[in-house]
Amino acid sequence: MAKGIWVFAEQRNEEIKKVTYELLSAGRKAADALGEELCAVLMGKGVSGLAGKLGEYGADKVFVLDADVLENYTTDAYTNVLADLAREHQPTAILLVCSVSGRDLAAQVAQRLGTGLMTDCTDMTMEDGQLVFTRPIYAGKAFVKAACPEVRPVMATIRPNVLAADAPQAGRGAETVAVSAGAGDVRQAIKDIIKQISTRPELTEADIIVSGGRGMKGPENFAVLEELADVLGAAVGASRAAVDAGWKPHSFQVGQTGKTVSPVLYIACGVSGAIQHLAGMSSSKCIVAINKDPEANIFKVADYGIVGDLFDVVPLLKEELEKLLA
Amino acid sequence: MKIVVLMKQVFDTEAKITIDGSGKINKQGVSLIMNPYDEYAVELGLRIKEKLKGDVTVVSVGGPEVQDALRQCLAMGADKAILVDPGTDDIDEFTTATILAKAVGSLEYDIILGGFKAIDDGSVQVCGRVAEILGIPVVNVVTQAEVEDGKAVATCDIDGGSAVIEVNLPAVLTAQKGGIEPRYPSMKGIMQAKKKPMQKIGLVDIGLDAAQIAPKVKTLSFFMPAAREAGKIVPGEPAEAVCELARLLREEAKAI
Amino acid sequence: MFFNLTEEQELLKKTVRDFAEKEITPKAAEMDEKEEYDWSLWNKMADMGLCGIPYPDDYEGAGMDNISYAIAVEELSRVCASSGVIISAHTSLCAWPIYHFGTEEQKQKYLVPLTNGEKIGAMGLTEPAAGTDAGATKTTAVLDGDEYVLNGTKIFITNAFYADTYVVIAVTDKSLEHKGISAFIVEKGTPGFTFGKKEHKLGIRASATYELVFENCRIPKENLLGQEGMGFKLIMMTLDGGRIGIAAQALGIAQGAFEAALEYSKIREQFGEPISANQGIQWMLADMATRIDASRLLIYRAAWLKDNNMPYSKEAAMAKVYASEAAMWVTTKAVQIFGGYGYTREYPVERMMRDAKITEIYEGTSEVQRMVIAANILK
Repeated sequence: MAKGIWVFAEQRNEEIKKVTYELLSAGRKAADALGEELCAVLMGKGVSGLAGKLGEYGADKVFVLDADVLENYTTDAYTNVLADLAREHQPTAILLVCSVSGRDLAAQVAQRLGTGLMTDCTDMTMEDGQLVFTRPIYAGKAFVKAACPEVRPVMATIRPNVLAADAPQAGRGAETVAVSAGAGDVRQAIKDIIKQISTRPELTEADIIVSGGRGMKGPENFAVLEELADVLGAAVGASRAAVDAGWKPHSFQVGQTGKTVSPVLYIACGVSGAIQHLAGMSSSKCIVAINKDPEANIFKVADYGIVGDLFDVVPLLKEELEKLLA
Repeated sequence: MKIVVLMKQVFDTEAKITIDGSGKINKQGVSLIMNPYDEYAVELGLRIKEKLKGDVTVVSVGGPEVQDALRQCLAMGADKAILVDPGTDDIDEFTTATILAKAVGSLEYDIILGGFKAIDDGSVQVCGRVAEILGIPVVNVVTQAEVEDGKAVATCDIDGGSAVIEVNLPAVLTAQKGGIEPRYPSMKGIMQAKKKPMQKIGLVDIGLDAAQIAPKVKTLSFFMPAAREAGKIVPGEPAEAVCELARLLREEAKAI
Repeated sequence: MFFNLTEEQELLKKTVRDFAEKEITPKAAEMDEKEEYDWSLWNKMADMGLCGIPYPDDYEGAGMDNISYAIAVEELSRVCASSGVIISAHTSLCAWPIYHFGTEEQKQKYLVPLTNGEKIGAMGLTEPAAGTDAGATKTTAVLDGDEYVLNGTKIFITNAFYADTYVVIAVTDKSLEHKGISAFIVEKGTPGFTFGKKEHKLGIRASATYELVFENCRIPKENLLGQEGMGFKLIMMTLDGGRIGIAAQALGIAQGAFEAALEYSKIREQFGEPISANQGIQWMLADMATRIDASRLLIYRAAWLKDNNMPYSKEAAMAKVYASEAAMWVTTKAVQIFGGYGYTREYPVERMMRDAKITEIYEGTSEVQRMVIAANILK
């Protein structure tokens, strides 16, 4: 008998990611509706101390897998551990973060458990007693609602910033279950890890994104956007036109062939608004467009627009926001 | 080196998506392309072949229309194409992976490549599932790979950076845009493509029946996102407009 | 009768379109502005096999038909008319006469490097007093021992300066008039062969147009193309084929302008609705689409006749006059649909309208095409 809503607690550098709390809050509601417990699965090295936090955000139970082999994510080690644990406890659902590792892990575990997986979900609801997931297709040009009616566990990865995190309840405890699961044969040997040195948040997790397009005219001009981004604590993104021109690496690309983002605020500078770009960012809560072409498509989706030369407007906006946020 | 590439045909990135009368995604008149990330996989496969000799077989699941994309792979330089028609639209990632794994399982392979994601459903799981079914390791989101006999050293994206990962072959690698640009089919390649084998098979041919590929995920409904209303153009000279914008962002949108 | 493209033609169309949009579109406006072609694009086109599309594999061509060639020129011209004419002049005006009239030695030495794109080709026909009227050619070629000595000036030569191989028309025997004209292969760098001024043009500004100057330029007699006196026939036959290329260029320009205008008409709003809701705009769009389709069918038919070794002189002239005039008309309407923006360099239709004009002029003006058509229907 399947039991329990599980949340894979994503942490990095011994810090729980905010999106984990978003998942716990949504998982809490699902667990209450089903009358089941909410469990967090915490994996890594030296992570035991983080379990308490997960309780404050709603977990009833925390499985802690603290081991040297789990220090860095590898597909095999994490898959072996999580799949074994799931086989033992037979949860109803496993929710993971739609991050690079979350997606990787979810696919392997889902296949090993012979179950369905819905990825990059933007909503999770309870309909007729089953969990229903909403996920974008064609990078958000359309959405699909889907469920996994017959097989357990239901698995899903959920995008950051789409579910609300409830306030933590200080002192709310969770039962901590230390598990010593074997990681088995790990076939991926990590030879090197290159951490991206950036003081800015990652695109997919950022609350605010400042993005540049063809109107940037050259790679050197992105400095203007970076200054604005730093005032706002924002990530910097780019359109496909800017990436194809070689001004920014592909990791900066927002759109159907890049990253799909849902920040609170998206500031598009010199971005024309090609359909493939819009697909990647139109689920942003608030969109600002700065473009000198009043006919630019981007104005059709923008909440606020300024028609003008971005090289005039952006530095002024930076100054203004600096004052406002000081 | 026996190289297999898993390829998917998808809607063009410029395609407008609509929902038809029966509540499904409208496929009429939509132009189809090879999944852009699969182009990187084909390119990687061709480069491995050029370095180590061998051949590249491209495998896809879908209807007869997928032959266009397969022909493009052949024109780029792949040697052989296999198209498995599942005979049904009711498929999920489990279905596709099961079919692909079964089709690939009957071939010789040293390395299996695919795009790290398909731009249509963006589910990022089929190649990983294939690896799991075949019992071989997977390395996802690879931007560069050095392949030698028996092993691959791949640079891949990870959360917050990149990693260099070594795996023994056979293995599945999924390609992300990065170090290599896919080639365009050459005119000669286009002419040669028609002479290369394109095998069209069904589920029976690979020993599967409908029950074995029954999807795990059930689609309940499709819907379009609420249309965003064009908002307001903040008027005035830049200095003035910026001032007003900052105020609106704080007081009206509460975004900062 | 079938109107669908073959699988190969479909894939070629898609491939060249992808290439053009990704590699050429981002550079087209700047190349026009600077009046300079980015020749790194040539190398990419050579890698893809776009420099010898309708020639057999034996000569390192792609072994495709002339419909495929027309499709490729259309797709290049759809984003950049200069790229279209560079390939067209190279393929139709230089490679073709060598392929058709050349000896096996000449083909190995000159055609193969052209079709594989190692070398760029051009043709020297026009002179201050002789254009399509090749009989009025003044440039002379006099046999002196084992060499011909060339003297004269050619003008308006597409690809000149950058091209390596030139097919040059000269008079070998003035007394024989048309029958005293011959064709020669001249390599860049031959002593006595220099370039005059570069033309600054209204359109196709990224395509180089120079004068060729021959002053006692000595070339080996083996470089005579065909026999002495065959030059006029060679020119007439070459221009028939060239017209298919230029018609395809015109078609591409029109197609590009039409797509831009169509898209714009759907997003540009006036009086609270997109301008495409106006019947005035709709009729323009309908006529644009119709003329473009008619051009395409005329071009494919001429190419098909050529592929099937049937007479196509009249049909090529019809395709060229119709497609070029359609391109001028369509691009003018496209600018109109864009209104004030269309007149600026912010949008590509301004460039397309300038580019379209030349297609009514070179490789035989519209008037000459009508002469050819009339001569054919009255004979």
